[in-house]
Amino acid sequence: MSRIVILGAGISGHTVARYLSMWVGKQHQVTVVSPKPQWNWIPSNVWVACGEMTAEQVTFDLAPIYRKAGVEFLLAKAVSVHPEGAAERSRPFVRIEHTDPARAGQTEDVDYDFLVNATGPKLNFGATPGLGPEGGHTVSVCTAEHAVHANAQLQENILAMRAGERRRFVVGTGHGMCTCQGAAFEYIYNVDHSLRQAGVRDQAEITWISNEYELGDFGMGGVHIKRGGYVTNGKVFAESLMVERGISWITRAAVNKIEPNKIHYETLDGTYHALDYDFAMLIPPFAGVGLKAFGNDGSDITAEVFAPNGFMKVDGDYNPKPFDEWSKADWPRYYETPKYKNVFAVGIAFAPPHLISKPMSSPNGTPINPAPPRTGMPSAAIGKAVAENIRDILNGKATGPTHTASMAEMGAACVASTGSHIFKGSAATMTVFPVVPDYETYPDYGRDMDLTFGEVGLAGHWMKWILHYVFLYQAQLRPGWSVLPD
Amino acid sequence: MPAKNKEPYKQSYYPPVPTGLTRYMRRSLVWQFIRFWIINFKILKLLTKSHH
Repeated sequence: MSRIVILGAGISGHTVARYLSMWVGKQHQVTVVSPKPQWNWIPSNVWVACGEMTAEQVTFDLAPIYRKAGVEFLLAKAVSVHPEGAAERSRPFVRIEHTDPARAGQTEDVDYDFLVNATGPKLNFGATPGLGPEGGHTVSVCTAEHAVHANAQLQENILAMRAGERRRFVVGTGHGMCTCQGAAFEYIYNVDHSLRQAGVRDQAEITWISNEYELGDFGMGGVHIKRGGYVTNGKVFAESLMVERGISWITRAAVNKIEPNKIHYETLDGTYHALDYDFAMLIPPFAGVGLKAFGNDGSDITAEVFAPNGFMKVDGDYNPKPFDEWSKADWPRYYETPKYKNVFAVGIAFAPPHLISKPMSSPNGTPINPAPPRTGMPSAAIGKAVAENIRDILNGKATGPTHTASMAEMGAACVASTGSHIFKGSAATMTVFPVVPDYETYPDYGRDMDLTFGEVGLAGHWMKWILHYVFLYQAQLRPGWSVLPD
Repeated sequence: MPAKNKEPYKQSYYPPVPTGLTRYMRRSLVWQFIRFWIINFKILKLLTKSHH
């Protein structure tokens, strides 16, 4: 009997856990280690942050789900990985620190035969002074708790505007190297929608601020889509959405300090600016969660296993190379660490080999470019491929990984939906295939022009609404979950 | 009161703005029902191509 330990129960970690529990859970031990007791469908947090949904509608307790699936669930955070074991312990293990109130702070060493690092990101609010809801001055939609707090602030501002005051809302990224612009993009439209519903839109100024070179970059170097008889850039599509709603935008900006009611930022031309605000939702930069790694002699091998940003190095090409030489072959296919063939990293936890957007920095040396997105659909696809590979190795069908999930061979969809009413909402639906441009297969634009598209309308809103319920249903392992698409 | 001129060359001067027909089609239940199935089909195709 082998033991598969999965660190993290977010979208990618939970995907690995549910498939492995179904495929090999009767013959092998599947263990999930997560510091949080609940699963969160993060894409719907933007609705919580506008009061359209409650936190309970986007989360559920993991313990009963894992109990039903025969998965061991440890409420704890991973502290260090020991892929070679230790002097007194021959099997590889992971050291965890319990977060369960009954054992809070106690450490335990958990042996494994296969380890899947799905720890997700550390929300690095500390990278920008004053950023974030915990000790800072801005709100966030990154967790359900943050979203509840964001909605409380939004409603306070709506009340003030009903009393006749004017307010400025700023939404975007809180650092020069953020990713996940899509979440902020969706939130700004929901804020606009909420203010219109409340009848106070005329008293509000809404501004987008981001580290993108142009609107619609999304950390993927932008996209081209077919529109009105032309192939046009996603920038035009994104700017049109902003103008239609009366939203202004600031791009090429690295927010570097936030004071109460003032955002300081530097732009790519090296100039410094300040922007007054009453309400700001700024996405933080992501970093690895700070896992350490040790050899069997106790030596610190963290730099060998993890990239400097804390994400785990896998089978990508991490040799620095100029932008012109970037290739789809640089991107990992199996998410297996080069030295330890039984250790994988999925979702946000793996280290991208380089950016997708072109690296930029200001004359002052400040990097201002979006980091590659790995959330949502890519996270689930990577998780499923890793689960398939572990299953095949355990069943003796393969000696190594055979299922691939390169971001240069997979697509992603982003549906920015506003409102909860089925006939009165709206949505901007954007898809891209592949996420990493592949100029060998698609020489003109690096993407499949049939599967890369953008569209506005009720249809996308219905899709988003259905996806919310389908993914929650699937994640709760309800009957037939495995036939639903990931 | 005479109409005021719109100031040109601002950020909002350049991007395309949807016409009334475009806005109507975005809300038309019949048209959006058709688009819903087309978008579903495309995303399903995208998902299928993403798993190897």
